[in-house]
Amino acid sequence: MSRATLVIAVVIVATTVARAADIPLDQRRSDSDFVSADTRAMQNDDTANPAMLVVLDGETLWNTRAGATNKSCTDCHGDAKKSMKGVAARYPAFAAKLGRPVDLEQEINLSRVTDQKAAALPFESKELLALTAYIARQSRGMPVAVKDDAKAKPFIDAGRVIYERRQGQLDLSCAQCHDDNWGKKLAGNPVPQAMANGYPIYRLEWQEVGSLQRRLRNCMSGMRAEPYDFGAPELVDLEYFLMWRARGLAMESPAVRP
Amino acid sequence: MARALIHVPASAKKGDIIEIKTLISHVMETGYRIGVTGQPIPRDIIDDFVCTYNGEEVFHATLYPAIAANPYITFFTVATESGTLAFSWTDQHGATQVQTAAITVE
Repeated sequence: MSRATLVIAVVIVATTVARAADIPLDQRRSDSDFVSADTRAMQNDDTANPAMLVVLDGETLWNTRAGATNKSCTDCHGDAKKSMKGVAARYPAFAAKLGRPVDLEQEINLSRVTDQKAAALPFESKELLALTAYIARQSRGMPVAVKDDAKAKPFIDAGRVIYERRQGQLDLSCAQCHDDNWGKKLAGNPVPQAMANGYPIYRLEWQEVGSLQRRLRNCMSGMRAEPYDFGAPELVDLEYFLMWRARGLAMESPAVRP
Repeated sequence: MARALIHVPASAKKGDIIEIKTLISHVMETGYRIGVTGQPIPRDIIDDFVCTYNGEEVFHATLYPAIAANPYITFFTVATESGTLAFSWTDQHGATQVQTAAITVE
């Protein structure tokens, strides 16, 4: 092997393994650390955070009877302020019935279909986002604590594979921006660490509330990759990995992002 | 009726400058966007906001299509007497929503 070929070979090996490791636990920061002070203030003031309007809609829905059983969420779960405290911090979670994890939106729909005998709410519908935001609001300030036991591990690992895989016409992986280059700028905006502790979020660009799946699909279009459909198992695995990655960070739902 | 969030201090000293915050849910559709069918999405905005303090107008704003969805309007006034602050939002079709908040001034 000539010296030149050896150098090329070394460079190839080096670039393949060059990806930085996971962000060390003590260096992880919520995405709200990367937004402007104004946006952060808006998030933390319940009279200024526009997602609170949606949370109030969710409270109404929580108490509204639905389906063939004519039961409301309250009839079984009681006061969400108590019964739903910390719940959103533990999702996605393994659903024994399905043999795979579901996210909070899917869990709400499971309960609607099996317990209330009502129709599932479409992804990104006002109603589903409102219920999700209302439930997630009850976990504000609590640490993200998804399960990573033997049942969950294969799905978290599958999510990591998607996170680290280069995709789309730009041939980028999530990790290249959010693990290797966080804190730097992309098109003038800081690249955050992509911690999923604030969903559903009110995104100023959207001028409305949206789910983590919507945000992930946004990023995929940005990479010129074909986004997974709403509810796709791959998206849930990715959500699971992202929440596991954000473990211990305080929940901020509903967060405000630029 | 649209959902609105209003923050007015429950009590204040006479002469105090008080901050009032209002947030109302509204799409504030500009009329400049094209929908999925290729047709323009019709303009739909709130174009007028008034706050009265015991009947007297203390704040008035005219809104235009450049205002983002869910308008958040915050302003200051002087606490003069106990009573009611009334907030009214009127959309371009003339529909008005009124909400009130009470304040005690010592």
